[in-house]
Amino acid sequence: MSATRKLACGILLVVVITALGATWIAPADYATQFREAPSAPPSRHHLLGTDEIGRDRFSRMLYGTRISLLLAPTAALLSTVMAALIGAVAGYLGGFWERLAMGITDLFLSLPWLFLLITVRALLPLNVSPLLSMLVTFLMLGFLGWAASARVLCAAARSLRHSGLLLQARALGLHGARLFAIHVVPTLKPILLAQFWISIPVFILSEANLGILGLGVAEPLPSWGSLLKELEGLTSLGDQPWKLAPLLLLIVVVTSFQVVLSSEEVPA
Amino acid sequence: MLWRISRRLLAIAAIVVLGGLTSATLVRFAPGFATDEQQLDPRLSAESLQALHQSHESEKKVFLFYAAYLNRAWHGDLGISRSLNRPVSSLLRDRFPVTLRLVAMGLALGWLIALSFALTSALARVTAYRFFAIALSGALLCIPAAVLALLSVVLNTPGYLAIALLVFPKVFTYSRSLLERAYSSPHIVTARAKGLGRLRILCWHVFPVVAPSLVALAGVSVSMAIGAAIPIEALCGVAGVGDLAWQAALARDLPLLVNITILVTVATLLSNSGADVVGHALRAQES
Repeated sequence: MSATRKLACGILLVVVITALGATWIAPADYATQFREAPSAPPSRHHLLGTDEIGRDRFSRMLYGTRISLLLAPTAALLSTVMAALIGAVAGYLGGFWERLAMGITDLFLSLPWLFLLITVRALLPLNVSPLLSMLVTFLMLGFLGWAASARVLCAAARSLRHSGLLLQARALGLHGARLFAIHVVPTLKPILLAQFWISIPVFILSEANLGILGLGVAEPLPSWGSLLKELEGLTSLGDQPWKLAPLLLLIVVVTSFQVVLSSEEVPA
Repeated sequence: MLWRISRRLLAIAAIVVLGGLTSATLVRFAPGFATDEQQLDPRLSAESLQALHQSHESEKKVFLFYAAYLNRAWHGDLGISRSLNRPVSSLLRDRFPVTLRLVAMGLALGWLIALSFALTSALARVTAYRFFAIALSGALLCIPAAVLALLSVVLNTPGYLAIALLVFPKVFTYSRSLLERAYSSPHIVTARAKGLGRLRILCWHVFPVVAPSLVALAGVSVSMAIGAAIPIEALCGVAGVGDLAWQAALARDLPLLVNITILVTVATLLSNSGADVVGHALRAQES
């Protein structure tokens, strides 16, 4: 493992542990309002100041990081499972099923990711509880983000279909779902894992985009998207630079993911 | 070649029709569909309310609506936007050039910066410079499009700069790796050893090798830029198709959203297919 990758893993570990321990580390709850100190600059009590309704920005950043870092992998897991079910099964079956699955995949990929995401989210219920909005956002990411992975998995499963391994297994009497579960899935495991890891930073960024547009996790629940929405109020970059803290954290976390991924053997 | 192009065009047509249908179905089942602010107007008589109600009835049966829409579209009528109360064709005619200019300028600038950095990084091989270019593109890769749009508003820069900064890291990363691989290939190392000029090596030996992959990347970057146009136009206040899509989605405006989906699908598919065809021709020429 290279030094850069070790550093990236270390950063991710620290951020994840800190975010998971937000309940104990954060000086206040994410929704607690310090009405006597709205829009306060950083101080000993509020490390990153407070927002316009007096909520501690540092606490919100910790809780927001927890939400984004827990739910993006969940959405990535959902999209990888869907990609496996659609892409790998279609590639394994071949013929009509493969053509049908790839047709649907083409349909999904024919629309730019952000266009699809924003349009579909805007069409879903917007006036819902914060918890439901969080679930809707990340479920949608999972349900819409499978297409590119499905294509990769379909190609891999197709190449496996005529491999010696599967021919021998068939000759030994293994067929259908059993053959798929025992031989195809374990062989595709490295690709599934790679697709899962690749999806996490993509989903983190997508949630941030939705949050800034007001389509992500609803207030008062914080997420990186809703925290970045505060940048709207800036008049210049030098004005209240502490408001840039969530952006810096996002850059550090996504960069760490990219470093970890680029050092890893990612099968195509 | 002709057969390949015809097959591709048929596939595009099928995907576009299905894309429009999917979009229509999504809008039809979206909460708040067929509700109209006008229905709350106490001055309207029962007959007017009934007429308003009936005007939405045709949109409720999604397949019938879509078939009628396709029939009208075939004759040049794209329908009327419910939320903006204007013909969709006139809205698209006003907004499309704005988006086209934004996307084209963003792409041109993004590609220019990316290729300049990639080429100088592959040629100069100075570690510090290479590290700077990689760090810059890596940092930009981690910034969401909407944040770039917000920063563009804060710094009072044009919207196309946000698109350029979004396109730059992806193009740079891929083209740098392509160029570095090309420059280290045996025939180019030999050409350099024999003292051939840098420009001659670039034009005669490097570009023909990397061109098909760069063309494919160009197709993908168009789709990327179109996608980014929605948050950028919505946040920067640019009156383009992206902003229109945003308004149409929020207002559940079925005719408008179906047309925009079809337009975006056509643009994306044409750019990808065009890149595919050109790349194929370049590869054939090379071999």
